[in-house]
Amino acid sequence: MNISGRFWTWFWLAVIGLPLVVFVVWANLTNPRQFVSTLLNGVTLAALYFLVASGFTLVFGLMRNVNLAHGSLFLLGAYIGWVVGDATDNWFLAIAAGFASAALVGFLLQVSVFRFMQGQELRQTMVTIGISIVLADLMLWCFGGEIYSFDPPRAIFQTMPMVVVGKYPAYRLVVLGIAIAVGLVLWLFLNRTKVGMMIRAGVDDRQMLAASGVNVQRVFAITFAIGAGLAGLAGVIGGTALSISPGEDTRYLMASLVVVIVGGMGSIPGAAVGALLIGLAEQFGLSYAPTYGVVFTFLIMVLVLAFRPTGILGRRST
Amino acid sequence: MSAAQWRRAMNSGAGRTAWSRPPSLPARPGPAGSAIATGTAASPVQSIVGALRTIGVRHVAVLLVVLVYPWVATPFFIYQIGGQALVLGLIALSLTFLGGYGGMVSLAQMSIAGLAGYMVAIFGIAGEAQGGASSLGWPWWIAVPIGVAIATLFATFVGWLSVRTEGIYTIMITLAIGVSFYYLAQQNYSIFGGHQGFNQVHAPVVLDIDFSKPIPYYYLALFWALAGYFFVKYLLRAPFGVALQGTRENPRRMNALGFDVTAHRVAAYAVAGVLAAIGGVLLTWYNGRISPGSVGVGAMLNILIIAVLGGMRHPLGAFIGAILFVLVQNFAIDVIARERFNLVIGIVFLSIVLFSPDGLLGLWGYVRTRILAGGVQPKIRGWGVGSTRREPARMRNGGTAADR
Repeated sequence: MNISGRFWTWFWLAVIGLPLVVFVVWANLTNPRQFVSTLLNGVTLAALYFLVASGFTLVFGLMRNVNLAHGSLFLLGAYIGWVVGDATDNWFLAIAAGFASAALVGFLLQVSVFRFMQGQELRQTMVTIGISIVLADLMLWCFGGEIYSFDPPRAIFQTMPMVVVGKYPAYRLVVLGIAIAVGLVLWLFLNRTKVGMMIRAGVDDRQMLAASGVNVQRVFAITFAIGAGLAGLAGVIGGTALSISPGEDTRYLMASLVVVIVGGMGSIPGAAVGALLIGLAEQFGLSYAPTYGVVFTFLIMVLVLAFRPTGILGRRST
Repeated sequence: MSAAQWRRAMNSGAGRTAWSRPPSLPARPGPAGSAIATGTAASPVQSIVGALRTIGVRHVAVLLVVLVYPWVATPFFIYQIGGQALVLGLIALSLTFLGGYGGMVSLAQMSIAGLAGYMVAIFGIAGEAQGGASSLGWPWWIAVPIGVAIATLFATFVGWLSVRTEGIYTIMITLAIGVSFYYLAQQNYSIFGGHQGFNQVHAPVVLDIDFSKPIPYYYLALFWALAGYFFVKYLLRAPFGVALQGTRENPRRMNALGFDVTAHRVAAYAVAGVLAAIGGVLLTWYNGRISPGSVGVGAMLNILIIAVLGGMRHPLGAFIGAILFVLVQNFAIDVIARERFNLVIGIVFLSIVLFSPDGLLGLWGYVRTRILAGGVQPKIRGWGVGSTRREPARMRNGGTAADR
């Protein structure tokens, strides 16, 4: 059994890996510049996806709540951040406002709605769908269909020298840095603080956590606020990298869904792996096969679901 | 699925009813109860005879109303309200079948419908599309079966993919698949015609009847809506339907009884795919065009909204939800500005989900038992009226250890 298992591992590695190696060699020989810039774009897009998806997966992991209003929280954070940034001319305040506003909305939602339907997963999901429809329309009402863009500090919004490609926008690397920082902070928070410990315990066994005297509702509210806040934070950062307009909520909801399905539901490292895969697939797809770009994303999802239904780093739910 | 399995489904359904319900308890009304109670019907003929016996005055009245409706209504009400509601109801019916009876809430039903519409535009006759995509111009009686067949294959594939994970994941995976299809249709110009899609996809003229005119279109839609409705009603009493409801209640136990749970679920996706595909072809003819907007997230959610509004516990709910949805869509302008339609429908949807999870049908059942009959009924709570039978057990967090 061991030998045949190893055989199949090598078989699939060859089937998937060989074409990849051939592609990488071919792309580097023909046009290294395009390859490297696509690679950089892919990694920085992955950073953005990780920011959005980490909140989604955090909430899902603890509460089994598929928050389909996550995209709306992303857009809400972006709009509020834009208003604050516009009023104060301070981009860092805009980020803080994006995080705080989305976190507040998330907290209110958990406290006033979701805590009353604990365990009814399907109903919670339906409610998040309803909320996303209402929020999307309210935001369209308030902010209209225009495209908003941020005004970040000059220092981080210029080009910088880079190997092979020559020049590269510094802001994209800033996004990468922020994502790594957020990932580290989340890791420290989950592994080194008391609340983080409770959250991890809750992911493993909610009933046991409640039985050992922890106020589970408070842990839930904190987690939901952090998850929603991460969406809002990503809203400002993503809105600065690209722009904010109605419809972006769907795009990032889709991104977090696919990232979380691929990476493993409820797992933060899984979100990082999934984001990297999807970000790279999307950028390489756009660069080398423009009209079929989304097919690669879809293919990755199909492959992962076919071989590891719980995602690459996911575990069976308890 | 083999005939032997079907027979076993029948027998176990009958056996279970016999010993699981204490004789003192009256039979619980509702779809699940009646389906299991009549699951013993031995042949289609007997079940048709049985069905005929249950026809009441209200059934005849409803049939008369929908048949006579075009002769008293204005073309706007026939086409925009009647025709659209029937077609949207048919697509929502496929979701009701999957979600309400199979326990799998799929958001990709609109994508399946849209794929059928796209295929009819690509293989059939459509106007010139942007960016080189062109239709083959084949007659409708070739294009429509091809479109329905391809969409059904796609639905089966979606099912095969999404049944690998359980419960709540289904909604995520089908949403992701649907959104992928939307982006594919939007980005791809060579096949799907990109952002513009296909224009001038009209219903054919058959035997001198132009099916794009309001009255013929209404009857066409009515025919398929009724066909879909009775097909689902029949299927739910057939061994397959009973077994499917069994897999919703307790997949583990059904597996232990010798049923292939995965096969039943994939088959349910295929059946729902046929319904959605037919609805999709009709919807494309209704709009006269198909574009990425028709399969976007908004459209996908609309189908869910319709099914939930009406109530997923009975096939009729899909059509009731569709009528309400179309009315709100067309008359929201009188209540509040037209652009705020989404706000109105979102709030209606939210309040239904929050306060009456079984939709309008659930609300009606509540009113009938609580107020009209004066009976005592437990307060509506959760999915289903405090009963485990209607609630997909595996959707809930709890469940007993034995179920896992």
